[in-house]
Amino acid sequence: MTTSTTRSGATASTKGAPGGRPPAPRRLPPRAAWIVLGVVLAAALLLGLSTGLNIGLLAVGALVLNVVGLYVWARAVEGRRAATDRLVTAVVTSAFVVAMVPLASLLWTVITLGTNRFDLQFFTYSMLGVVGEGGGAYHAITGTLIVTGLAALISVPIGVLAAVYLVEYGRGRLARAITFLVDVMTGIPSIVAGLFAVALFTLAFGPGTRLGIMGAVALSVLMIPVVVRSVEEMLKIVPNELREASYALGVSKWRTIVRVVLRTSVAGIATGITLAIARVIGETAPLLITLGATTGLNLNPFDGRMASLPVFSYYSYTQPGTPPQPGLDRAWAAALVLMLIVMVLSLVARLISRLFSPKIR
Amino acid sequence: MAKSIEVRDLNIYYGSFLAVEGVHMTIRPAQVTALIGPSGCGKSTFLRSINRMHEVIPGAYVKGSLELDGTDLYAPGTDPVTVRRQVGMVFQRPNPFPTMSIYDNVIAGQKLNSKKANKSVTDELVEKSLRGANLWNEVKDRLDKPGAGLSGGQQQRLCIARAIAVQPDVLLMDEPCSALDPISTLAIEDLINELKQDYTIVIVTHNMQQAARVSDYTGFFNIEGTGKPGKLVEMDETKTIFSSPREKATEDYVSGRFG
Repeated sequence: MTTSTTRSGATASTKGAPGGRPPAPRRLPPRAAWIVLGVVLAAALLLGLSTGLNIGLLAVGALVLNVVGLYVWARAVEGRRAATDRLVTAVVTSAFVVAMVPLASLLWTVITLGTNRFDLQFFTYSMLGVVGEGGGAYHAITGTLIVTGLAALISVPIGVLAAVYLVEYGRGRLARAITFLVDVMTGIPSIVAGLFAVALFTLAFGPGTRLGIMGAVALSVLMIPVVVRSVEEMLKIVPNELREASYALGVSKWRTIVRVVLRTSVAGIATGITLAIARVIGETAPLLITLGATTGLNLNPFDGRMASLPVFSYYSYTQPGTPPQPGLDRAWAAALVLMLIVMVLSLVARLISRLFSPKIR
Repeated sequence: MAKSIEVRDLNIYYGSFLAVEGVHMTIRPAQVTALIGPSGCGKSTFLRSINRMHEVIPGAYVKGSLELDGTDLYAPGTDPVTVRRQVGMVFQRPNPFPTMSIYDNVIAGQKLNSKKANKSVTDELVEKSLRGANLWNEVKDRLDKPGAGLSGGQQQRLCIARAIAVQPDVLLMDEPCSALDPISTLAIEDLINELKQDYTIVIVTHNMQQAARVSDYTGFFNIEGTGKPGKLVEMDETKTIFSSPREKATEDYVSGRFG
């Protein structure tokens, strides 16, 4: 019997045909998942138009029906194993879509509402003496950049060095204690960090102090554990063989750490630091009580109140003035700027990553 | 350049665990000495103690003496970093620095120690080391390409070039061919034969044919059981070890009746 006859015989014959191969499995049409989705969506659309049901309810219903429908169809045609495969694929994909919904919605809201005042004046004017329309967030943008920059300046060296200690030197009780404390610090509510900075500076300068550096200290408390954690993970994945290779060439430990370990992991470290900055740049509560708020430009973090984008956005939204629209527009524009800063930071991190990561060719 | 090593009554500990006990050994200059023995018998540990690499593991220390041409490598005040500059090492798996080019990998010892040298001197060193490692002809046109892009065998020869670029007196090799295919292995073995004119070479290998092919002297390590320390059972000229060893254990091992 030649192969071709076997194959044709198998497709023609039913299960258990003597001498033939097992029958070719029956399959759903190639785009079965899309067909089910299309049918379900069309049904939901019709239902929505005819009865005026809530759109959210319809979407959830369609999602569930889509998964169940695909499973039932596959079960009927393809059998249990293939149906389970389709079910899991559908569930995983649905979970992804569900996870994307709030993100897309958020982006859409911030962009549509934020672009109302996303103009030159917004970037060049402060709010000094502005009532109603006009004004800008120049003072808040510089404030956020200065305070976050200072926070990074404090946290990055401390965080990186602490991580180097934990990975390269620390063992025993001290290292375990530090790891534990870092874990605890990661969970500190941001307002507690703010209160810590306030308490610290009240001890030094008396009550009622509001300084840019206070905000930076508060943000550092939040940022250091994140930096330590991410850098620690990055240092851990540097293969031990590279350290040994360096030692075997007669290179001292500190040079090995600086030139080999940190150099090899610099791409990951940059990403970790960027994530840590992104984590704190939008903090509002600690800045509210450490920086205070101001309508004018202040570039000196060691003297007086400072504005920042989150606090600016908060006040513009809660106290928009009359008429409220210009205030609300400024609040959304500030939120958009904040998001753009984080995006630029991620791009910079990717660039560093690309430039410094180990290459094959 | 090549120096001899005199080991007297060397005990190697990891914390309170005695890993290798009572090694007496003379490693002759400009010769290849192979260390063979079953897994876990302490031959790698002993090899790493020659350039104090085992100290990387916390709690590791030795008792006894290990002299390189009469200078005790474990004398108080001796910096392990200077020992490692005299005694280079090649590892089981090729480990070129992934962030460096082929050129920079060869001069990594100088570069990582921030030694400044002018371009022509460095160029010469790179060429000499790569020629020494039989790699020059294969990579001379792409010295600025990453070292990690080479094949496994080429990477291992790059690591040898890197080790000889710091001009050590002794070269330790810890199963340098166990991650390589037969052709790359042959290339490395040929290289070992050439290198022994200038360097004292100590090689750990699991491959007895390899030990027989490349070495002039062979030391057989053995262990009585798990948890017991490894010992140097016998050391002699390679042909003696493989033809008429004094100890029964050695004969069993080299003839394949054991391990």
